[in-house]
Amino acid sequence: MAKIYIPTPLRKFTNQNRELITGQQTLEGAIAQLVEEYPDIKKNLLDENGEIRSYIKVYIGDEEVDPRKNGAIKVDEKTEISIVPAIAGGL
Amino acid sequence: MMKIKLAKQALDEIRSHAEEDYPNECCGFFFGSEKNFRKMTHIKRVKNIQSENRKRRFRIDPDEYRRAERFADQHELDFLGIYHSHPEHPAIPSEHDRSVALPFFSYIIVSVTGGKSVRVRSWRLNESQQFDEEELEELPEIEKVS
Repeated sequence: MAKIYIPTPLRKFTNQNRELITGQQTLEGAIAQLVEEYPDIKKNLLDENGEIRSYIKVYIGDEEVDPRKNGAIKVDEKTEISIVPAIAGGL
Repeated sequence: MMKIKLAKQALDEIRSHAEEDYPNECCGFFFGSEKNFRKMTHIKRVKNIQSENRKRRFRIDPDEYRRAERFADQHELDFLGIYHSHPEHPAIPSEHDRSVALPFFSYIIVSVTGGKSVRVRSWRLNESQQFDEEELEELPEIEKVS
């Protein structure tokens, strides 16, 4: 049962839930379950090709992973997945 | 119009940060509470890690973002938003700001002219992905900021 930690700005799409516990066994599967349970999160999380948006980072523990390359990575009950928005801006 | 109240000490700290980092853009996070309105009580300065053109752009290390989420959890605060400065430009979000903005967060922008903070405004994305301005109120009382 991996845990996905949802960042503050996306909690409006998860009924203010901070995390999702998932029985999925891959990173890809865990993210797919998040989108299935909370469809409104999709447009802020995934691009038009169904890939994680470029300004959203995904961490497993303290390590950043690229879900486009590492989608098949195994997750288990000890895995903590964090969704982290990259913050930027300016003129 | 949505409302955000800002503790004087926290707001002064944002203004100071904007002046210290002038002519570059400064950035940081802010926290507080949200019931009928937002109330900012705490700020956290963050390094602008943009490697080039820091006069016109800012970028925050994702690890800093993760620390900010933990800080909010540990102190039972709401993570309310992000502040940054616009050196020699108005406190109005740019198209670039809008294109990378997140829902829910308030975006406080400080306009800095000649090294002095001259205007502070706050903005929030609406359902159409456009920014609406928030009514900003400075709280006179001093609140503890850590």
